[in-house]
Formats: sequence, structure tokens, C-alpha cells
Amino acid sequence: MFALETHVALSLIIPLVGAIGIAITSSAPNIRETVTLVTSVLLCLNVFSILPGIMDGAEPAVLLVELLPDIALTLKVEPLGMTFAAVASSLWIINSIYSIGYMRGNNEPRQTGFYICFAIAIAATMGVAFSGNLLTLFVFYEVLTLSTYPLVTHKKNADALKGGRIYLGILIGTSIGLFLPAIIWTWTLAGTVDFVKGGILSGHAGAGVTGVLLFLFMYGIGKAALMPIHRWLPAAMVAPTPVSALLHAVAVVKAGVFSVLKVVIYIFGIDFLTETGAAEWLTWVAAYTLIAASVVALTKDNLKARLAYSTISQLAYVVLGASMATSMAVAGGALQIVMHAFGKITLFFCAGAIYTAVHKTEISDMRGLGRQMPITFIAFLIGSLSIIGLPPLGGSWSKFYLMLGAAEADEIYLMIVLLVSSLLNIAYLLPIVARAFFYPPLGQIEEPTPVGYEKSDFSWRNIQEAPLFCVLPPVLTALACVVLFFLADPIVRLIEPILTP
Amino acid sequence: MAPDMLSMSSQFPILVAIIPLMAAPVCALLRGRNAPWAFTTIASAFAFYVSLQLLLTVASSGPISYELGGWAPPWGIEYVVDLLSGFLLVLISGISTGVLLFARESVVKEIPTSQLGLFFAAYLLALTGMLGICITGDAFNVFVFLEIMSLSSYALIAMGERTDKRALTAAFQYLIIGTVGATFYLIGVGLIYMMTGTLNIADIAARFPEIEGTRPILAAAGFIVIGLAIKLALFPFHVWLPNSYTYAPSIITAFFAGTATKVGVYLLIRFIFTVFGVNYSFTGLELTDILLPLAVLGFLSMSAVAIYQTNIKRLLAYSSVAQLGYMILGLALASESGLTASIVHIFNHAIVKTGLFLSVGCMFYVVGSNYLKDLDGIGRRMPITTFGFVLGGLGLIGVPLTPGFISKWYLVVAALEKGSFIGYGLVALLMVSSLLAVIYIWRVVEVAYFRDPPDGAEKEEAPMSLLVPTWLFILGSFYFGIETSFSVGMAKAAAAFLMGGA
Repeated sequence: MFALETHVALSLIIPLVGAIGIAITSSAPNIRETVTLVTSVLLCLNVFSILPGIMDGAEPAVLLVELLPDIALTLKVEPLGMTFAAVASSLWIINSIYSIGYMRGNNEPRQTGFYICFAIAIAATMGVAFSGNLLTLFVFYEVLTLSTYPLVTHKKNADALKGGRIYLGILIGTSIGLFLPAIIWTWTLAGTVDFVKGGILSGHAGAGVTGVLLFLFMYGIGKAALMPIHRWLPAAMVAPTPVSALLHAVAVVKAGVFSVLKVVIYIFGIDFLTETGAAEWLTWVAAYTLIAASVVALTKDNLKARLAYSTISQLAYVVLGASMATSMAVAGGALQIVMHAFGKITLFFCAGAIYTAVHKTEISDMRGLGRQMPITFIAFLIGSLSIIGLPPLGGSWSKFYLMLGAAEADEIYLMIVLLVSSLLNIAYLLPIVARAFFYPPLGQIEEPTPVGYEKSDFSWRNIQEAPLFCVLPPVLTALACVVLFFLADPIVRLIEPILTP
Repeated sequence: MAPDMLSMSSQFPILVAIIPLMAAPVCALLRGRNAPWAFTTIASAFAFYVSLQLLLTVASSGPISYELGGWAPPWGIEYVVDLLSGFLLVLISGISTGVLLFARESVVKEIPTSQLGLFFAAYLLALTGMLGICITGDAFNVFVFLEIMSLSSYALIAMGERTDKRALTAAFQYLIIGTVGATFYLIGVGLIYMMTGTLNIADIAARFPEIEGTRPILAAAGFIVIGLAIKLALFPFHVWLPNSYTYAPSIITAFFAGTATKVGVYLLIRFIFTVFGVNYSFTGLELTDILLPLAVLGFLSMSAVAIYQTNIKRLLAYSSVAQLGYMILGLALASESGLTASIVHIFNHAIVKTGLFLSVGCMFYVVGSNYLKDLDGIGRRMPITTFGFVLGGLGLIGVPLTPGFISKWYLVVAALEKGSFIGYGLVALLMVSSLLAVIYIWRVVEVAYFRDPPDGAEKEEAPMSLLVPTWLFILGSFYFGIETSFSVGMAKAAAAFLMGGA
């Protein structure tokens, strides 16, 4: 409709204008929610209108402001950011529908502030996705942290206070303490912080400095939740579920791993990292996080906590892909950003739907619940299978490419790690569904069915799902997981140019 | 006398200092609630206008020299405006004017109406002193203005006694310590006069290389640096500052936090870079070895101390001492980027801290207390004010898009340029200090938003006349955090000028 550059700028402007609209209409909840929905739809259309241009190889850039002499805040769209923005903006629509159902279903207070912060967080996410240099990335990264703090502490009770402290402490601590010095150091070494294909550090830094810088970046980007700085993510689960779903399964955490990929591809450069071997340690830290977080997830009885640890483990896949520094592995990492987003948001939607319908948070209390909420649990099953990586679901592709990458890098041990991790995924996700369908509800004992007879535990009368606005979103995202299985090829083709120098 | 000497604009250098000076006695005679305030505001605004004009002239056509009474230097007193002093003039008069906009309703609550004339007269004298220090090119004249500023500020701080009697002891403590500092400075200037026979700063600087190895000059430099360190509250000479800031009337704290200590930093930069010269200061005197550890100890220990304060003004005061550490660190690095960081932080911190103290002033206006325990749930009682405080606090932490980030960027660049073990260590310590800032700001945030307001407390915002100036500074801080061409451009040019002049 407009020039490509205008659309890029609009991606930031639309959610911000939406935030103002939400503030103005705060006294009329129905209009306010309409504003949220309209904003999210407009943003999504806007983001997708950039897509064809990027597929044709365009690189639209927008100068926002000259923050420092020689360093401006700039937006520049490249395939990876395009992918991330498309995922985040399309899921925002579904999540907005879900938010309405959840926030109203649970009678949450301070809803206007909730929607405003949400819109600002989305604007910051777009900024991260489209950032043209490290400084821009950092600015929006911090805006994202600060705008999600009120969302995490929405309940304003002692738990929220504690969770908020951990959340802010780790995210701000790592970003100011490590990420920012790394950026400034990069600037003093290379004289630029622009994202350039092939990296900017090659020739400016020796192997030792590269290793230190990589450490600063990887632990400075706390949102990627590498162990041992992952604690903020479980802490963030005190937030209302829509926040956990979109922000802490998609926008915030993906902003973290997306930044990791950006730094590896455009600052260090894949080839430079392979030459120096500086990323060797990162592979092992990621592999450790992958397994350890899965094991911790097994021990969690709180559904959201289990999902949080599962997210930590799944994020490590992306870091693993980045650290292997082969084109297949990086493609796997990029695919994982997309696939995991749809899978995990489905699971969180289901967790929230269960909470809204029956106010249960512990997995052990969810026995037999599948008979009451079959749609929710079928969606949960599909999301789980996608995360485990079984065809015909989207998640299988990211695992497939990571395996190829491991083979390409001659890292047989990593293939075993990936294998074990998939088994662990099965172990902590599928029992939830199995118990929900095959066990009797809590407090009921089923009479044994004699051999030769059949009895169905299913009955239409028992069905008591959450409100429509809470059930529809997980169904949509679960279907999307199936559709994505067939869309893997276009996505890979979109990001291919950045992998082949 | 050149013909254009008669035009108004050629008299601007003297007008900057003389307007508030002449306005002060007139103001003392004014009675009523509004007249002294209005008169002071107009005088300050005029000084601001003149300062801006001066800075524009300097930026386009180089330093201005003005001969007081037509006596040529070095016999007469010379007023000099270069980029650095022009920058400071604009900053000081601008902050003063902004704070005065806030003053009308705030002062009525804290100062007896009968004393308003005298209060504003003292305010004008303090302003005169600060502007005079920046503009004069004469080392003894600096002392005169320093005393004008100090004496009036003792009186202003003591005026906080109506809300808290401890203001009197705070003022007395400041009087003793401040006088020691001023005396040290005077002894130093005396020694320099003895060796050079001149008080004109440019003249001293010109003759300095011949005598710089001598012992009296070593003593003079010692006296001057320590005297100024006391005046600018460099750790460990800072003890007077938290007390004074805590008990002074709200607008005085806001005004001094943005300006008084900055003038001290200005003088230190002036002496180290213009008078002593970079070579003598950093190779002869090895000032880095003295100032750098003090600066680092200052910002670390004072940020840590700020965390444990129960009075919000005191908390911000300790934070000020910490931030002064950053400025001293920048100049102690003795590089152009370090000096840039130092100067840009003078500007940035002034705006941020003034905004913060003004929002605390709003809270005091409504709640009548500065203690955190009385501010429970203030975020719900005064949402607009508190949100302003949070935004200002982000500036103090150095979140991007705030001016604090710009300062930190340059400080870290300067530290990295220094390289070696010390440089990297400094980067780490700077980051630790910003994280301490997160903690002390977030303590306030948690009190404001996570505690329930006391029973019976109703939602009540400060009046518009307080909110608007407060938000002017808060939004201004964001403006200068995003559009940095003025602050960074001026600081860079001034730093290049000072380093090049060596």
C-alpha cells in the first residue's frame, strides 16, 4: 500500500497508537478490547505486507534518530527479523482474543494498564525484530523488559513482588552488566555496531577477545535463558496466563534467542566463529541447559512451571543451533523460533483455559479432566507432539535441521543429546494428556470393566469447557502447528540468503 | 572603546551576573506571596535568555572576552565565555528558571510568607554566585563569587527549619566544611599569585610552564584541588551534602542538586585543564592516581549507602555524590572521551536529578513527608507524580533513551580506551554501580506500587503548577536522552577545546 519503509515504521507506530487508544477508551471495556483487536489485526496485515518485498531480496531501512554521533537508531528488515515479526504479530491477534476471555473470565483488576503494557511490549518486540544495529536492538530489548515488568507483577501481591524482583534483577542485571559493555566494546573494536552479513568483528578481534565477547553477549542476553541465568523465566510465571503465553513463550524469550542468532550471524559471522572455535563452550552450555531444564521440568507439578522449564530447554535448541555455526544448524535454530512459538503458546493457552474453567494449576489435580475439557486437551496433545518433534507437525522440521546441522558439524554426541532431549520431552508432556483422558477424575474410583466388555468414559453431558474466547485460541494455534509442517519449505527459503554468504 | 560596545548584546557577559545581583536587594524589599517569586522568575529567565545568546555567539564565532569597566586584563577583571562556561551558564540559568516555575506554591507551604522576599533574595544571590563563577576569567573573582554562592546557600538551607529543625545543624555543618574548602582555594590562589604576579586565569596559564616545577605551585595545586573537592562533595569530603539536601526546602534541593556541585566540577576542570594544563596535572601531579580511586570509591560506596536510606531526599542525595564520582572519573581518565563523558554527565545528571527532586517536592507538598514509610502506595495516590519519579529513576540507572545512558556510553568508551587491566576493571565497576542504582530506585518503586496506601489516604495529585515543571524536566530528560546533538555536541567541542588548549 505504502512504500516498504513506511510499513516498517508503521510496525512500531501501530501498536503505540493502539496503546494510546486503549488508554483513551479505558472507561468502555468493550470499545477498549475492540481497539486492541483492531490494532493487532492492523499490525499483522502491516507486517505481512512487508513479506513479499523481503522475499524479493529488498532491505528496507528506516532511520529513527541519531542517538549518538556515528550511531543512529535504525530499523532494517532482514529475513530472520521478518520471520520473528511475522510470528509475533500473528500470534498477538490470537492472544488478544484469549486475553479478553481470560481477563474477563477471571475478573482481573487493572485491565486497561494490562492492555497498554501489552501493546507497548509488542511495539518493543517489533523494534527488536527489525533493529538495524546492536544499539537499536539493545534499546528495544530494554523497553521490552521494562514494559513487561508491570505485566509480570500484575497481581501486586507478595508473590508478584518476589517474582518481579527476580525477573527484573536478572534481565536488567545481565543486560546492563554484560550486554551493554559487550556492545560498547564491539564498537570500540570494529568502529560500528551495524548488523552486516558475514559479521563485523572478523579482523578486529583475536581469538581470546572473541571468546570473552561471545561470553558477554550470550550471558548478557538474559532473555535467551541459558543456564544458570534462567531463573527469571519460572519467576515470570506469576503473571496472568496470556502474558506467559505470548510474552514468555513467544515475544520475550524469542527476542532473546533471536538476538543470539543476530549476534552470531551479523556481528561475529558464522565463518569467523568456526575459524576461531570460540563458540565451542557455548555448544556444551546449550546442550547442558537442554537436558538439565528437561529434567527439572519432570519434577514440576505446577503446570506453568513445567512449561516454563520446557521453554528454557527449547530455547537452548536455538542457542545450540547458533553455536554449532553451520548453515543447517542455524536454519534449524531459526525454524525452532517459529515452530516452538506455535507449539508452546498452545500449551499455555490450554493451561490458562484449565485455570479459567476449574481453577486448577497443579498437574496432579488434572486427572480425568480430559473428559470434561476434551477440546482443550486435544489441543494440548497436538501442541505437545509438535514440541516433541513428531510429524506431521511443524516442530519436527526444526529438530530435523538441527540433527542435520549436528551431522554437518561432525558432532555425533550432540545427536545423542538431541535424542535424549526428545525422549525427555515425551516424558514430561504426554503423561499430562494421558492422565487427563485415561484416569478417573480426582475423588472418583472407577469400577473395573470386565474382560470382553467395553465402556466409554466420554459423555457429552460432562463437557464443561472454558469460555469460547479461551478455547478457540488454542484450537487455532494447534491447527497452525499442523499447517506449519507444510510451510517449512517457504520459511527455509526465506532465511536461506543469510546462511549462504 | 569599540563602537559596538554600546550595543546591548556586547554587554551580555556582565549582564548575566549583574541581573540577578541587582535583582536581589530589590527582591528583599518586595512583600506578599507572589511578588518576590514573580520578580525572581523574571530575573532568572532573563539570565537564561542572555546565557543562550552568549552560547550561540561562542558556538559560532569563538570565545568572548569582556573587560570589566573597560580595564584591560591582566590589570582589570576579565569575563570570559568559552564553550564550557557558556554551556554551564545555560544549564544553570535554565535549571534555575525551571525550578522557579515550580516554586510559587511549593515555597508558600515551606517558608513563612513574611520571609519570602529575603528567601528569594538569597536565591538570586546564589544564582549570581554560580553564574559568576562560570563567567569570570579571574581566579580571585572566582573566590568572591564562590563565597556569594556559599553564604547565600547556607541561609537557604537553614530556611528548611520550619519543616525540620535539623536544617539548622545541616546548614551549620555545611558552613564549617564549605568555609574550609573556600579557604583552601584562597590559599592556593594566593600561592599562585605569589609565583606569577597575576590573578587572570589566562595569564596564569600562560606563565605556568615556567614555574610548574616549583614547590609553592605544588602546594597551590594541592590546596586548590582539595578545596574544590570539598566544595563539589567528592567522596570522602561529601558529608555535608546529604544533610543539606535532605533538610533544605524542596526547591532549594532541586536547584542545588542540578547546579551547585556542578559548578565545583566546572572549576576543577577549569583548573586542571586550563590553568595547570593536562601535562602538569596528569604527569607532574599524577592527579589520576588520586582522583580515580576516590571517584570509584565514591560511586560504589555512595550507591550502596543510598540503598539503605529511609528518607527519599537523602537517598537521592547519596545518589548525587555517587554520580559526582562518575564526573570525576571521566576527567581523571585524562582523555578527550573521558572529559566528554564528564561534561555531558554534568548536563545529563543536572536535568535528571532536578526532575527527581521536583517530583519528590510534589510528594512532599501533598503528603508532608519525605520518609519512605509515609509514602506507602504513593503510586496509587499520586499516579502522575510517581510515574514521573520512576521515569527519572530510569534516567539515573542509565536505561537507553534516557540521558544517563548517553553518559554511561561515553564513560565506558573512555574506560575501554584506557585499556589495560584498569580500564576493564573500571567498566565492570561502572556496571556494578548502575546495578546498585537499579536497587535503590526499585526500593522506591516497590514502596510506591506494591504497598497499600494507608487507611483514609485519598487519591490526590499535586497542583498543576507543580506537576507541569516537574514533567518539563522529566520529558526534557528524555528529549536529551534521544536527541543528543546539543549536549554531546557541546561536550565534545568543549572537551576538544580544553584538551587542545593544553
